[in-house]
Amino acid sequence: MNIMSLTAVELGKKIKQKEISVEEAVIAALDSIEAKDEAVGSFVTVCRDKAMEDAREIQGKIDRGELDGPLAGVPVAIKDNMCTEGILTTCSSKILSNFNPAYTAEAVLNLQKAGAVIIGKTNMDEFAMGSTTETSAIKITKNPWNQEHVPGGSSGGSCAAVAAEECHYALGSDTGGSIRQPSSFCGVTGIKPTYGTVSRYGLIAYGSSLDQIGPVAKDVTDCATILEAISSYDAKDSTSVKRENYDFTSALVDDVKGLKIGIPKAYFEDGLDSEVKAAVLNAAKVLEKKGAIVEEFDLGLVNFAIPAYYVIASAEASSNLARFDGVKYGYRTSEYEGLHNMYKKSRSEGFGPEVKRRIMLGSFVLSSGYYDAYYLKALKTKALIKKEFDKAFEKYDVILGPAAPTTAPKLGESLKDPIKMYLGDIYTVSVNLAGLPGISLPCGVSSQGLPIGLQLIGDCFKENNIIRAAYSFEKSMTYNRCDMAKQFD
Amino acid sequence: MANIISDETIEYVGILAKLELSDSEKEQAKKDMGNMLDYIDKLNELDTTGVEPMSQVFPVNNVFREDVVTNTDMRDAIIKNAPAKKNGSFMVPKTVE
Repeated sequence: MNIMSLTAVELGKKIKQKEISVEEAVIAALDSIEAKDEAVGSFVTVCRDKAMEDAREIQGKIDRGELDGPLAGVPVAIKDNMCTEGILTTCSSKILSNFNPAYTAEAVLNLQKAGAVIIGKTNMDEFAMGSTTETSAIKITKNPWNQEHVPGGSSGGSCAAVAAEECHYALGSDTGGSIRQPSSFCGVTGIKPTYGTVSRYGLIAYGSSLDQIGPVAKDVTDCATILEAISSYDAKDSTSVKRENYDFTSALVDDVKGLKIGIPKAYFEDGLDSEVKAAVLNAAKVLEKKGAIVEEFDLGLVNFAIPAYYVIASAEASSNLARFDGVKYGYRTSEYEGLHNMYKKSRSEGFGPEVKRRIMLGSFVLSSGYYDAYYLKALKTKALIKKEFDKAFEKYDVILGPAAPTTAPKLGESLKDPIKMYLGDIYTVSVNLAGLPGISLPCGVSSQGLPIGLQLIGDCFKENNIIRAAYSFEKSMTYNRCDMAKQFD
Repeated sequence: MANIISDETIEYVGILAKLELSDSEKEQAKKDMGNMLDYIDKLNELDTTGVEPMSQVFPVNNVFREDVVTNTDMRDAIIKNAPAKKNGSFMVPKTVE
């Protein structure tokens, strides 16, 4: 049996039933990374010894009955912008290339309490700024389906690792689509939860009002199970929300009868690839056949989401990244004259071009004289976008559309034209602006052999509607594995 | 209308951002920022008169706690990451002449 072909929940069951030991599972993951990662490049750090040590400890806890959750003993990969005590956390940036956190992010801690074994940290766009994982200062990650293409981003390493079956599941983070878009490009499933559901404590901040951690896995069942494990109210995150409901797995029901699904017309206009369009509309038909009520509607302000997003995200980034100054941790330039020059040189040498671009833009839109015209204007636009969604969710339980306008582009094409790359975020950024939950799951494969993703968006705190719809749709599909994943079959 | 970013603006933003750009980086930054602002100007098509700016989606309140120490002494673990240290403290270039 190929242990790596199992879903996280399937593996968890086999570990519980003593068919597979935690050590066997971890060895399988490490062997898979060893065999594939030179070609894929998902990982920036592999925790070989620590993972083996943890495997034995967790096996002991399972044997003694101290751990019996669905994820106990299952290996996980963590995006490298989540702090992990004693494990290098780089944000795929030179400025944090030697950073060893003294504490672990709350979401990761929650997973560890559930018995997860961290096998490594995954590559990402530097500070999560990018849509292809190509802005990483460490390495290039390739799409496991076709290594001439990007995995998407910024959680490209996490999604590629799951698709290539180098790990059973992973955590990603999503500020403007960074879980959903690479999930779509790599043919895996990912959830961006309602803002405030998963603690941001220990997540290295990019756009604090938009950032959320979420699961990346092979299927909806895994994602709901992982989300249940990582969600918690956390006083250490001042925007953490005390939810009434943290039960997501009860929504894993194959039944969409009466579920009202709205399709925004604007999501299917210019710029959408015809194959993506066909696959996504086909998914809508499948759900309709299963009893959902599907109709088109006008969602307003779709074209204002990207400019508003880039103003807000860059403004927050310029402020959040002010902490990287070469004093307390991270990279410090070797030669400098005085404190001020040390700050400037450390930052200029430590940050890559895309990060600098966003810090500059953010500093500009927040500067005196421009603050009202750009930053406040964007926050007002955000309020109007939120209103548009509120209106839509008075009528619909779920909004259905693509996760990205195309399948994965070729390596080396996207960074040449940043604005064009930003436009690829059209279906994802408004979800972050409005704080909504969204899921991306595979709905087909293009004629070129690249996966296509379906996005389902729910109202705030209504993850269960999108989980139910996604689960029902998934039941009509077979999970497509890339050739690289099948290597050990 | 096309946004032209002047040398002075880039210089000023560089100071705010604490970034030292090379001449070629400055030229690129002028171009990039101009293009981005042209695109962002699309927001001006939207009438936002009387709209309250929304910084957080959900109402946020101050999270208060009792003023008691809950964390343990982590000085050694934290100082371990410092690029330069001396006597258990962060070391920086001389700041007061």
